[in-house]
Amino acid sequence: MFHIYCPYCEEYREEEEFHPKGQAHIARPADPDACSDAEWGDYLFFRDNPRGIHHELWVHAVGCRKFFNITRHTVSYAILETYRMGEPPTITAESLARDAKAAGVQVADGGQQTVGASDAAAPAAVDDDNSAANKGVRA
Amino acid sequence: MNQPSSATQQPNRLAEGGRIDRGRPLAFTFNGTRYSGYAGDTLASALLANGVDVVNRSFKYSRPRGIVAAGAEEPNAVVQLGADEATQVPNVRATQQALYDGLVARSTNGWPNVQRDLMGTIGKLGGQFMPPGFYYKTFMAPASLWMTYEKYIRKSAGLGRSPGEPDPDSYDHMNHHCDVLVIGAGPAGLAAALSAARSGARVIVCDEQEELGGSLLESRETLDEAPAMAWVEATLAELEALGESQGNVTLLPRTTANGYHDHNFVTLHERRTEHLADSAPRLEGRRQTRSRLHRVRAGRVVLASGAHERPLVYAGNDVPGNLLAGAVSSYIRRYGVVPGSKLVLSTSNDHGYRAALDWFDAGREVVAIVDARANPEGELVERARAAGLKIIAGSAVIEAKGANRVSAARVAPIDVDGFRVIGEIKELTCDTIASSGGYSPVVHLSSHTGARPSWDETILGFVPGDVPGMTPAGAARGIYALGEVLADGLAAGQRAAEACGFTAATLATPRVAAIREGAACALYQVPHEKPTLRAPKQFVDLQNDVTAAGIELATREGFESIEHVKRYTAMGFGTDQGKLGNINGMAIAARCLGQTIPQTGTTVFRPNYTPVTFGAIVGRHCGALFDPERYTALHQWHVEHGAEFEDVGQWKRPWYFPRTVNGKKESMHDAVARECLAVREGVGILDASTLGKIDIQGPDAREFLGRIYTNKWAKLAPGRVRYGLMCKDDGMLMDDGTTSCLGDNHFLMTTTTGGAAGVLEWLELWHQTEWPELQVYFDSVTDHWATMTVTGPEARNLLAEITDIDLDREQFKFMDWREGTVAGVPARVFRISFTGELSYEINVQANYAMHVWKTLFAHGEKYDLTPYGTETMHVLRAEKGLIIVGQDTDGSVTPEDLGMQWAIGYDKPFPWIGKRALSRSDTRRGDRKQLVGLRPHDPRVVLEEGAQIVLDPEQAIPMRMVGHVTSSYYSPVLDSGFALAVVKGGHQRIGETVYLPMVDGKVHAAEIVSTVFVDPKGERQNV
Repeated sequence: MFHIYCPYCEEYREEEEFHPKGQAHIARPADPDACSDAEWGDYLFFRDNPRGIHHELWVHAVGCRKFFNITRHTVSYAILETYRMGEPPTITAESLARDAKAAGVQVADGGQQTVGASDAAAPAAVDDDNSAANKGVRA
Repeated sequence: MNQPSSATQQPNRLAEGGRIDRGRPLAFTFNGTRYSGYAGDTLASALLANGVDVVNRSFKYSRPRGIVAAGAEEPNAVVQLGADEATQVPNVRATQQALYDGLVARSTNGWPNVQRDLMGTIGKLGGQFMPPGFYYKTFMAPASLWMTYEKYIRKSAGLGRSPGEPDPDSYDHMNHHCDVLVIGAGPAGLAAALSAARSGARVIVCDEQEELGGSLLESRETLDEAPAMAWVEATLAELEALGESQGNVTLLPRTTANGYHDHNFVTLHERRTEHLADSAPRLEGRRQTRSRLHRVRAGRVVLASGAHERPLVYAGNDVPGNLLAGAVSSYIRRYGVVPGSKLVLSTSNDHGYRAALDWFDAGREVVAIVDARANPEGELVERARAAGLKIIAGSAVIEAKGANRVSAARVAPIDVDGFRVIGEIKELTCDTIASSGGYSPVVHLSSHTGARPSWDETILGFVPGDVPGMTPAGAARGIYALGEVLADGLAAGQRAAEACGFTAATLATPRVAAIREGAACALYQVPHEKPTLRAPKQFVDLQNDVTAAGIELATREGFESIEHVKRYTAMGFGTDQGKLGNINGMAIAARCLGQTIPQTGTTVFRPNYTPVTFGAIVGRHCGALFDPERYTALHQWHVEHGAEFEDVGQWKRPWYFPRTVNGKKESMHDAVARECLAVREGVGILDASTLGKIDIQGPDAREFLGRIYTNKWAKLAPGRVRYGLMCKDDGMLMDDGTTSCLGDNHFLMTTTTGGAAGVLEWLELWHQTEWPELQVYFDSVTDHWATMTVTGPEARNLLAEITDIDLDREQFKFMDWREGTVAGVPARVFRISFTGELSYEINVQANYAMHVWKTLFAHGEKYDLTPYGTETMHVLRAEKGLIIVGQDTDGSVTPEDLGMQWAIGYDKPFPWIGKRALSRSDTRRGDRKQLVGLRPHDPRVVLEEGAQIVLDPEQAIPMRMVGHVTSSYYSPVLDSGFALAVVKGGHQRIGETVYLPMVDGKVHAAEIVSTVFVDPKGERQNV
């Protein structure tokens, strides 16, 4: 059971007080009529399912009733940060990869990111001579 | 063989020693025979003291089984507890069950009994014909017969049974927050608790045993030159004193940490009275709870769960009399019980020697110590030599002989690395074989959160993976020497307290004389002179009857992943989760696959560590407290007037009000017909307080409503009411209700009873995430107001008697609301109708409701005011074609499917929620299921709700289904059955006949009609 820091109450509370509401940062198209059926379908139904960093929308349902965002790791379930509506995350898959690269750490694949991520920023492919290290990370 | 001749004899009990109280004898019954033991015994130690060899029959082969271990890892001695039907408890490990006077236990397998078991004969014959996957392979075909096989297979499977009567005990839950949770109160755990508690941190210490102390309860070693238990007692005294003076220490014996969940949330199962009696005794006149589930959120967790000894895997290792070496020591030193007369010890390490030394000290014969190492050395080995014990080096017990008890051990020199017998086999007469293959740290809890344990070659075992917030200590991470364990525990406690922000001093480690230890050898399965597949059975998982040959066969059949091997052989699937056998099984799979153990990997342990009784999980959430019940302010009146109730969400709503005439209670059908006619012809009253009510305020409230509802709100004037449809953005209807304009910036929204909380969250979602710039605020006022619907042709006459509101039809029109007093209290009256009749919904403060309700009845007598319930409400609204969201809709229905285009603001400027979806290709299909009315050709027929609709009843099965019935009732006004239904393209099919084939072969014919059955022009509500 998660222990969640509500950024509005500024307290840790038990998961029982919260409801998860799915992927965060999905803006409703300003002009729905300008969307093709496919684009509208994407907005309605298609969600990321990353192995790694995931930004999620939660609501403090039986607390302050405020919606807020959680950055969570879908493998370890670690909550890396919670932040208010309208704020951008400070921790993303990209930022972690950047930090790791700066620290000289080899990053395993996974952890597709949802905010501000461009396709070009997908995790670097692992070279053959790094495959052993990569395997080590997964094992 | 050595069964007792009378109840008082305990042939295996020593005259002195152990932590039992010989002054407090306790009587107990096992499989119908009476025995005696002592306070401080477990059921297992008492059975061994009485010389009971066979305690169960095995799961698959029905072989006789005896006690193997002394703790949670016991696979065989799983018993059924309880003297009477109500107190039956299945799945109790005799090794963890404290003895109490009057305890009654039975074996869980074995028919007619464990001594003479018929299934065992079949097991013997069928043994070699029951390889892994036996059931899959044998009962595969024909598939249709599986149901028949299953009945008989199930009968011979399973451990124990649930009680057939209600549990007389109660259970509870307790929530805790602490800084440091210490799991395990052995030397590492107590040391950790001490250093954490002294820092001022809030500490909880739990341990699954009856007494705190862990391995020190049976240790020969000294701490600070005193017996180990002196240190334990002093430490516990200090912790208790801190608990009393500072309130920062909680000690929980008999408490198993069963689940380690996310973010350091740990569930502890405390057995509060299981050691006292079948059912919780009274304390100061009150019944105690039998057990308690502690839900602990810990800052840090110190995992001091210790280690389990691994048995060696050799042929016949399941014959009663084969025990773990450490268990032999436990029984001798802790319980004063020597579980046999002549011991052979088979070991791969120094630790096992303790069993032989304890056996020798107890005055019984040690036939030989068989050590797999060529040159055993080390202090314990030297002690054994000095005691004159025979040590056979470079050898192992390769096979145990015997049926219901070990009669001999076959011993041979072995080549461990080459996995073969390399010399002459000797047979040693004995009745007990103790084995030790080293220790496996108890990593179970650490892997609950998903952390994979990692293999440590130096200790030949898995150690816990990294879990944020967890510090493993002592044997749980492969540290076994007592001095090092204590130092590790102290350091772990210090680190844990510091991580929680406390300043913890470095404490001095008690002095412990180090014992020089020889290196262990890596031995898991012992080779036999025959190949594994042909040797007598070598058991890996005793509870599930998984053998080394079974694992080898699984690898030969292509199962390479250890998770697949596990599932194919059922290894580790027992209630013991393979505590004893899993590592050996992985080692065997690794050998067969030509891999190392870390390459083979480990399976994942999951909560719970040991079985938890359902009562503890349920706690108080049963019976009347299973789910919260919500009552309206008028509930008591309904009860007093004989209402039958229906659950709507958590609400108790009157379903109908049967009258009792001449001592005979009206049937539901008669009551509903009477209530319907009262509304259509006179006046009825409904308690509608459960409808969700949301107060909406703010300058942008109107704009917000326009975005969230499908219809228009821009021009709704104060004093007016409008019905609205709410869709999700996929265009599907999610809720409906009326919203009234209370003022320019103030609205009152009603929702369906079940949808109230969800709709409020929905409004907040859109406001907070998409349109935060709108100034609008929402609050639930459902419980603040009571709602009474007065409806029927006489409604105006009745209400006029007790209100100051002008009810003139021109002044107070349909879909208006007015403020005033009713029965002398402030009220809002809404002229809306869910029945099609003239209706007033009277809203008053909930605490005035009973007064208003009773005043209405006082004045209503002359109108024959009739209370009605939800069933009549359903009939009346269906006669008018008014939908119920969730009954006539199911999340795949658009407002257009319902024919409610009149409630859709196609030309509203803002792209409201659900609008775009209405122009998607799927929502534009002509053959969507659309809401229609159905009139059965035979008016006596009330169609079944959910019945499928076909166009051609003669077609071949499977028929093409074009829709289904959503609502169906008998209408007393029409004197006919009628229904609402969704039918593909139904709006174009008015007047057509459709068919409803029923399960019994009958086919009903019905005509598609308008959804409005009564008063199609809506004149009756407009009078």
